[in-house]
Amino acid sequence: MSDVVPIKTGHEGSTADQFKAYFSRLRAGEMGAVPAVGAMLVLLGLFGTLSPYFLTTINIANLFVQSATLMTMTAALVFVILIGEIDLSAGVTAGTGMAVFVKLNQTMPDLWLANLAFAFLIGLAVGWLVGFFVAKIGVPSFVISLALYLALPGVMLIILGEGGVLRVEVPEIKAIMNQNLPVWSGWAMLGVCLVVTFAMAMWDRTRRIKAGLAVRPMALLWIKIAALAAVGGGVVQLLSVSRSLNPLNPIQGVPLVMPLAIFILFACTFLLDRTRFGRHLFAVGGNPEAARRAGIKVANIRITAFIITSTLAMISGVFNISRIGNVESSAGKAIVLSAVAAAVVGGVSLFGGRGRIAHAALGAFVIAMIDNGLGLLGIPAGVNFMVTGGVLAIAATVDALARKRSGASLTRS
Amino acid sequence: MSTPLVELSGVKKSFGPVDVLKGIDLKIYAGKVTALVGDNGAGKSTLIKGLSGVQPYDEGVVKFAGEEVNITTARQSGAMGIEVVYQDLALCENLDIVQNMFLGREEISQLTLDESSMEAQASRALQSLSVKTVKSVRQKVSSLSGGQRQTVAIARSVLRDAKVVILDEPTAALGVAQTEQVLNLVRRLADSGVAVLMISHNLVDVFQVADDIAVLYLGTMVAQLEAKDTNHNDVIGYITGLKKL
Repeated sequence: MSDVVPIKTGHEGSTADQFKAYFSRLRAGEMGAVPAVGAMLVLLGLFGTLSPYFLTTINIANLFVQSATLMTMTAALVFVILIGEIDLSAGVTAGTGMAVFVKLNQTMPDLWLANLAFAFLIGLAVGWLVGFFVAKIGVPSFVISLALYLALPGVMLIILGEGGVLRVEVPEIKAIMNQNLPVWSGWAMLGVCLVVTFAMAMWDRTRRIKAGLAVRPMALLWIKIAALAAVGGGVVQLLSVSRSLNPLNPIQGVPLVMPLAIFILFACTFLLDRTRFGRHLFAVGGNPEAARRAGIKVANIRITAFIITSTLAMISGVFNISRIGNVESSAGKAIVLSAVAAAVVGGVSLFGGRGRIAHAALGAFVIAMIDNGLGLLGIPAGVNFMVTGGVLAIAATVDALARKRSGASLTRS
Repeated sequence: MSTPLVELSGVKKSFGPVDVLKGIDLKIYAGKVTALVGDNGAGKSTLIKGLSGVQPYDEGVVKFAGEEVNITTARQSGAMGIEVVYQDLALCENLDIVQNMFLGREEISQLTLDESSMEAQASRALQSLSVKTVKSVRQKVSSLSGGQRQTVAIARSVLRDAKVVILDEPTAALGVAQTEQVLNLVRRLADSGVAVLMISHNLVDVFQVADDIAVLYLGTMVAQLEAKDTNHNDVIGYITGLKKL
């Protein structure tokens, strides 16, 4: 062709152009992480002023630990929400798995790792079951997962016996939420995060250059790394100071659960952004018929999504029992609803096809902050639930309005 | 005239007692736009569904590049280089242009999606069709106009090295300017050597872009003419059954 006009890719232009493009996307309704970050800052200011304890290092460390369970559950749910489905049973599935785990540990304490693996197999099986009913039989996911939501606490009650509560006796499991890394390894963890972020960006960059495509200015990457280093450095520094009231018994370092949670979030993001499965998941969420015609095995993608959700939920279950030290027959009933709220606050669309793991994790942090802050203020739990519900309603409204503005259809076509 | 790329002869299809195609002959040539016209119920959709393998014909001979073939699945027609762009386009609005163009056949290198290679190829495919209306290949499809979406759907078939592209009413939902763009695109697609079969109700469009016009009337092919040898009124006559060859 004679008049070849190169088509832009969004990577062209100076750093200033890139920022301009970002803000015009924001105005067009692609809010991304902005609502969640905004809510976070507001809550930080609000609780920081209202409660003298909120901004203490011990509470901030607590907040990170508390949020890890919800973050993992939210990341788990993102997989099914992305295909426009819901799994209300993810929490109780995790609870059931953990009930089996502690029950087996009673008789075979030495085989706790095998018992844990068995619990994960339960998660996998339940995920497959829900996915099968949804994808092959055509039962709405809301209904089939609601059925399990009602049934599995019964299973837990039978497993756990009369008292309905069993203690967790495995020290390794308890350590996850109750131990801290040595101070130096907190900094090492931050270093690894920065290096990985930088390396992945350079990896993409080299591939683009090889393909003869435009690349964003290096300055932009440096800004991103610097911002990450500043925020991450601040957090690690905060957690490196002893937060114990007793100077003879210092409590310091990054909680053990943080690197685990970060790794889970990273792995999920990698799966969604860089693999064929992730792409197909988004396609099925956006337009199942188009996905089918493109040769994607839609039913398999759906079933896999449910399996991933249940299995990841099991990790959240492990975090949960590590923190509270026991399993009850009602384990996992409340968290799944908070996780849906967290995902929506993080901009994951319940209509399917839109959302990012990192943003959902921020959403989870917001919900955890509300829980933590209201608790410190001594406000009754009833109000806590009402506030969480209100935040969900606001987030869903913001999502719907933003979508209207961006001209995208609200319906699942 | 040279040998047709696709040649149908005596093609029949019935649904129970209803004979939808009653022995159709049709020739589609590489580098030409063949318009398939006919009133509702004439059998246009059934004809293309047979060619794309979605609903195989009951009887008749299908020749592809001079050789007799038996197309029974969509996968088979795809492997031969027959691509259908349906009216609803089958695009994912939440994905961008590149992602849509490579949907279901994403390229992998270094164990991950090879975004740069796919982006470069998508960009080239659009450029080969002289597409200028698309701002960025990384735009989400939800932000594209109807004409641009049609463009993406057609470019996707180019990317798949299609030899035959079947377009189902490509301009049905478009405004004047966008119709013009899409028709130009259809012309360039044929000029690049692809055999284009375009279903259309709009005779103005047909006469603007088509080389050949094939008219179906109640399951029979009443005429296949060169566009320059006929006119609007004659074609309407064939479509309504008032005129016969």
